[in-house]
Amino acid sequence: MENRAYNYAIVRSFVTWSVIWGLVAVLVGVIVSLQMVEPDLNFPPYLTFGRLRPIHTNAGIYGWGVGVIFATFLYIVQRLCKTPLWSDKLAKFQLWFFNATIIASAVTLLLGYTTSKEYHEMEWPIDVMIVILWVAFAINIVMTILKRKDEQMYISLWYMLAAIIGVAILFTVNAAAVPASLFKSYSAYAGTNDANVEWWFGHNAVAMALTAPPLAMFYYFLPKTTGVPIYSHRLSITAFWSLIFMYLWTGAHHLLWTPVPDWIQTLAMGFSVMLIAPSWGSVFNGYLSMNGQWHQMRENYLVKYLILGITFYGLQTLQGPMQAIRTFSAFIHYTDWVPAHIHMGTMGWVSMISFASIYFLIPRIYGREVYSIPLANLQFWLILVGQLIWSISLWIAGVLQAGMWNAMNPDGSLTYTFMETMVEMYPYWWARVFGGLIYMAGLVVFIYNLYMTVSKGKPLATQTASVEGRA
Amino acid sequence: MWEKKPVLLIVLATGVILIGTIITMVLPFAWVNTEADRIEGVKPYSALQQEGRDIYIREGCNNCHTQTVRPLVSDVLRYGDYSKSGEFVYDRPFLWGSKRTGPDLARLGGKYPDAWHYQHMESPRAMVPKSNMPDYGWLSANQLDPQVIQHKMETLGFPFTAEEINALKGKTEMDAMVAYMQKLGSDIPWRQNAKTEIVGDLTNPYAGVGHATMEPWEELYQQNCAACHGEHMEGVIGPELIGGDYDDEVLFEIIYTGIADGGMPSFSNLGTDKVWKLVNFVKYYHLGEGH
Ligand code: HEC
Ligand code: HEC
Ligand code: HEM
Repeated sequence: MENRAYNYAIVRSFVTWSVIWGLVAVLVGVIVSLQMVEPDLNFPPYLTFGRLRPIHTNAGIYGWGVGVIFATFLYIVQRLCKTPLWSDKLAKFQLWFFNATIIASAVTLLLGYTTSKEYHEMEWPIDVMIVILWVAFAINIVMTILKRKDEQMYISLWYMLAAIIGVAILFTVNAAAVPASLFKSYSAYAGTNDANVEWWFGHNAVAMALTAPPLAMFYYFLPKTTGVPIYSHRLSITAFWSLIFMYLWTGAHHLLWTPVPDWIQTLAMGFSVMLIAPSWGSVFNGYLSMNGQWHQMRENYLVKYLILGITFYGLQTLQGPMQAIRTFSAFIHYTDWVPAHIHMGTMGWVSMISFASIYFLIPRIYGREVYSIPLANLQFWLILVGQLIWSISLWIAGVLQAGMWNAMNPDGSLTYTFMETMVEMYPYWWARVFGGLIYMAGLVVFIYNLYMTVSKGKPLATQTASVEGRA
Repeated sequence: MWEKKPVLLIVLATGVILIGTIITMVLPFAWVNTEADRIEGVKPYSALQQEGRDIYIREGCNNCHTQTVRPLVSDVLRYGDYSKSGEFVYDRPFLWGSKRTGPDLARLGGKYPDAWHYQHMESPRAMVPKSNMPDYGWLSANQLDPQVIQHKMETLGFPFTAEEINALKGKTEMDAMVAYMQKLGSDIPWRQNAKTEIVGDLTNPYAGVGHATMEPWEELYQQNCAACHGEHMEGVIGPELIGGDYDDEVLFEIIYTGIADGGMPSFSNLGTDKVWKLVNFVKYYHLGEGH
């Protein structure tokens, strides 16, 4: 009875739109990767690499990433709180305002209205829209939690609340600027201060948008899928609090060897290494929850997505701290190694968890069985192989270029000019185009599978609904 | 306890988030960009330079170029003196970047003559054949709007004069960009300080080598010199090189240390061996077999 009042329509809409923006992000990604090897594919003034690259990153993080966060959180919060959303109207507003914001971002970035600050390129009027959007989302989630039926809040809800607060603080502080006109503003901070604020924001956008929310999804969907609870509650608690404590100290690992004061860099380095502990706390918690259940890796494609996802999270959080060490940073910083790191995180970790979450949701919000499990498996291999080609070729490229940048002749002069090192990148950049195309093929399979499920999928047998009953 | 009280959880989480934030993000404002950081000679951007900077941001050049030289041997050799905090006090926003698809630009000012920049922006591949930098020739078609730029200068609180604003009339976005490029990193006199001293004897290790030996060295010339001196040393931005009768040592010095005020860059980072090869190539190659 209560079930009927749950608002699944809004979840359906957010799933649809996040997938659309995800496709846009990947498509623009393939375009910019082609522009790097074929500069004649720049069409000024709008379609040049410099203007398109931020559209790729922002469509990926805000359109796809945050879109999935909205979809899954609005679902999870109703299930975990055993109560419908606080306000359906507000959720509806959130949906349309979300799309308006993404479209406005894409258009203004194409027109060259940008602050240049990474992951925060949109100019101040869009920042205002983003703040309104986030407040609308936050109110609905918090109010729903306040009227929950279960007193105890499950792990996913902690991560949700932390992410909501975290993003709010980070975004508004980094947005501070003095407008010169409707679409041009100057940062409220200058030079080294601006850099330090930006990367405090930048790294914690990773924490609060690309780590905490996927963890909330993982902690919810893994036990739901396997039917076995999370291994250790105590480990969850420790990992949660130490994660949100430590992340905030680490922003300056993006600024090693720059004019930012040394002690900030050293703190960032130390805390980055310590971050391995809470990150791997969640990884182990996930692995150990699979005790006796590993056969499900073969039998259930959702488990495969979830476990591969958390594995990439584990690799990501080992590689990240390594990059945060001064000597290692001196070598790979500014090279193609870093985009390879990013894409293991976004294509591997965040997207794997997102695909799994959406596959889990679809039958429940549409009342239909997933159209084709073989297609879901095919998609799994396409995105896995695409991402591995992407990352591995650019790790090699990064190390190669770093080595050439640092190579010295016996007389103490540099062995290679910049261009001699840069031309060596082309084969690897081509490999990335190829990997990107394979990944995009996986995404197209996903969309086809979703479309067929929604339009032709078999109506759901009652059995899934009973799985649903366990909160 | 907190697992049952969402408001308490929010308060605690906010507190936990703020600890690291205050120490590593808020506190540094007490040190950075203070008097202690100031460097004499670092001046705000002129109206034309600031507009160039805004166009650099608009075009997203920072997606391929960084603007900070690290105190590492290879960075300093390649780009010049390492960056200091005080050099960036007028930068809103900072443009240090995170990826070097193209070279760092923090010390670009004075490296090339203006003419080089105009041609390079127009068509990077005409100057550097394998470059993947987009063409920006279309910037020359866009006139500057002095009113808008004046308002920007007021917003930033940078000093400007009426003549300066007037002089913007008729200038294009390309002019602004080149002016900005030439200002980069040149507020401190690092070029003079870093001027390479040549120590020890200068003797041409390749004196008298044959034409065939020199053939592979043409590559060095084409890569480093042809953009300015022409494919056949006929002269373009720099003078014709055929017919100059410098001594080997003088030629070495010109190439190794450059001509700072003349627009001839220093090639010390090629190393002495390659510079000697260039000396011989420039001086003797065009003479053909058996000179
Ligand atoms: C797709 C990446 C890319 C973009 C975008 C880009 N560049 Fe470049 N840039 C390069 C590469 C690669 C080189 C080295 C080869 C060359 O000189 O063309 C370079 C070289 C340069 C140089 C010469 C530096 C030196 O020390 O020799 C300047 C100046 C420059 N770019 C300015 C700009 C400006 C201004 C913009 C924006 C309007 C811009 N670039 C956009 C890739 C890029
Ligand atoms: C950015 C453009 C540029 C590049 C690249 C460049 N030069 Fe020059 N070069 C100049 C300019 C401009 C002058 C004239 C300087 C003056 O006389 O004040 C010059 C002067 C010279 C002179 C002195 C010529 C004379 O008649 O006075 C020599 C020799 C020379 N360059 C050799 C080279 C070699 C060899 C290379 C390649 C390693 C090279 N240049 C690369 C711009 C360049
Ligand atoms: C313990 C956890 C992590 C640490 C310590 C860490 C560390 C780092 C470091 C040091 C860099 C900068 C590299 C450089 O420029 O030299 C970086 C870049 C980046 N990381 Fe991680 N990382 C971690 C986890 C993650 C995760 C889970 C993601 C999720 C996608 C991620 C996404 C990114 C992104 C997007 C960048 C690029 C920033 C830029 O534009 O320069 N990281 N990381």
